[in-house]
Amino acid sequence: MITKTGLSPSAGLGKATRIFIGIILVAAIVVPLLNITLPADNTFHIPDYLVALLGKFLCYAMLAVSLNLVWGYCGILSLGHGAFFALGGYAMGMYLMRQIGTRGVYGNPVLPDFMVFLNYKELPWFWYGFDQFWFMALMVILVPGILAFVFGWLAFRSRVSGVYLSIITQAMTYALLLAFFRNDMGFGGNNGLTDFKDILGFNIQTRETRATLFALSALFLALYLFVTAYMAASRFGKLLMATRDSEARTRFLGYRPEKVKLFVWTLSAIMGGIAGALYVPQVGIINPGEFAPANSIEIVIWTAVGGRGTIIGPVIGAFFVNGGKSLFTGWFPEFWLFVLGPLFVFTTLYLPKGIVGTTTEFWQKLRAKPAEILPEAPPQAAE
Amino acid sequence: MSLQVTSSVLYLDDVSVSFDGFKAINNLSLVLEPGEMRAIIGPNGAGKTTMMDIITGKTKPDSGDVYFNGNVDVTRYDESAIATMGIGRKFQKPTVFENHTVEDNLLLAMSGMQTIKSMLFGGRTHDEQERIDEVLTTTRLNTRRNDLAANLSHGQKQWLEIGMLLAQDPKLLLVDEPVAGMTDSETEETARLLREIAEDHAVVVVEHDMDFIRDLDVKVTCLHEGSVLAEGSLDSVSSDQRVIDVYLGR
Repeated sequence: MITKTGLSPSAGLGKATRIFIGIILVAAIVVPLLNITLPADNTFHIPDYLVALLGKFLCYAMLAVSLNLVWGYCGILSLGHGAFFALGGYAMGMYLMRQIGTRGVYGNPVLPDFMVFLNYKELPWFWYGFDQFWFMALMVILVPGILAFVFGWLAFRSRVSGVYLSIITQAMTYALLLAFFRNDMGFGGNNGLTDFKDILGFNIQTRETRATLFALSALFLALYLFVTAYMAASRFGKLLMATRDSEARTRFLGYRPEKVKLFVWTLSAIMGGIAGALYVPQVGIINPGEFAPANSIEIVIWTAVGGRGTIIGPVIGAFFVNGGKSLFTGWFPEFWLFVLGPLFVFTTLYLPKGIVGTTTEFWQKLRAKPAEILPEAPPQAAE
Repeated sequence: MSLQVTSSVLYLDDVSVSFDGFKAINNLSLVLEPGEMRAIIGPNGAGKTTMMDIITGKTKPDSGDVYFNGNVDVTRYDESAIATMGIGRKFQKPTVFENHTVEDNLLLAMSGMQTIKSMLFGGRTHDEQERIDEVLTTTRLNTRRNDLAANLSHGQKQWLEIGMLLAQDPKLLLVDEPVAGMTDSETEETARLLREIAEDHAVVVVEHDMDFIRDLDVKVTCLHEGSVLAEGSLDSVSSDQRVIDVYLGR
């Protein structure tokens, strides 16, 4: 008998997941400490650039975990998840712009530099409230959340699924890309938002602020993993996977898959938005390039390489691919895409369950070996 | 007529549906009494599966009445609503959740749509566990309860799907070709299982296997080109000259 393991070998708060969340929590404290307290010539000192780089990776990992929730567990392949990330990022960027105040080049207390430059006389209405942190935090959740809810409500109710849904998500992020590129949209056009000064009164350039942002990203990533693991183990998670594997069957059992999908889709968009909001102060800029379809496709690649439908896979994938990208673009900048493409093809062909899925399967087989001598079930009538 | 509408579990009257001009169901009428088990036979393309699609809300009829439980017009509802009312369906190809264990398949089948909150935070109740055990015993899948459904044999998957129907506890079960691809002993076991289920449920079984239908020992309806050709005991139906002609392609 062929033993088939599910797409979700590490469902639930298994030992591996707990250890992994533990490692992230330890990193949340240790990395900033080693960066701040040790002198630069100490062997264990973590340089600033590395903290910034790892902080960026943590945000990417959060984004991959969000995508995994809809793609890995519910079978909705989103090719536009970068849009939610970018929207969260823009909300944070707008807040940071308004914190600049009179320190801008033009010294206007209300209008950000690009608005003065473009001859804006007053602040557009949608910039109101972004001088308040709480308002921004609310928008980081609401804007991606409401966009995803409306999009999902229309798409899932009309039973749009599979490749058609993927194409629409891609079109969504492309439309946003074009819109945000326009100068008269009021989001800084192709330059985006940058030159940030401080966040909640703390200078954004200091080591301490950066270390705090790093720690926060790690905490959120740990929370995301916990949410994924908890959900996967719950009855709702089982229904999610059932919807992924056989949507029609769930309907004939009396479930409403469109509601299930809408919930997880909206949740995932909000999670992506928060990742974007943590990303922007760490990289110091948000521009329409974040909406580029290619970015969204990269998220899919991270998730696939790490292992979709596994809890920690997306994190491994995000770090592995982005780490590779950082190293490779240092050596041969123009060849990175030639590496990324084959990597995705290789994963699809030879590691369909990704790094984590394949490793887990390998371990399970190793452990199951001794038991295989015994018959698995009472012998059935000849087949 | 009105009397029948109120007493029958399933009542189809003068139902027609066509796809691109092809009449899949043509003035079909069928009545199923409470607790009755009915076998539906008919050559390929007779409209057996389309009939099930209509009853379960997957396909809307062009004309005609479909009543469930006496007075519920099922044509006005969708699949989820009809399933919740108490019509369960087993597909021709076994459709179980392969990445879930046998127990989880049954759990999902019995809980139906609840609020997302209760599905996220609620555990498995004692009652549910009892029901799962009961169904596992009926379907003889007790030893496989913790195995992934993907690892079951073809016959066991069919039983699991029938078990999922039982867990759903519908008033009416629609079972499409339950013994296709089964061995003789599996077929006998399935007949036993269905007879047991029919003791307290109304059942419609679509099947090609005549030995199996003889085993079920119930009233038989033969469909042809979307309408009823003959109805009665298996012996009377199978000796009907028109049925013989249809099966021999004359």
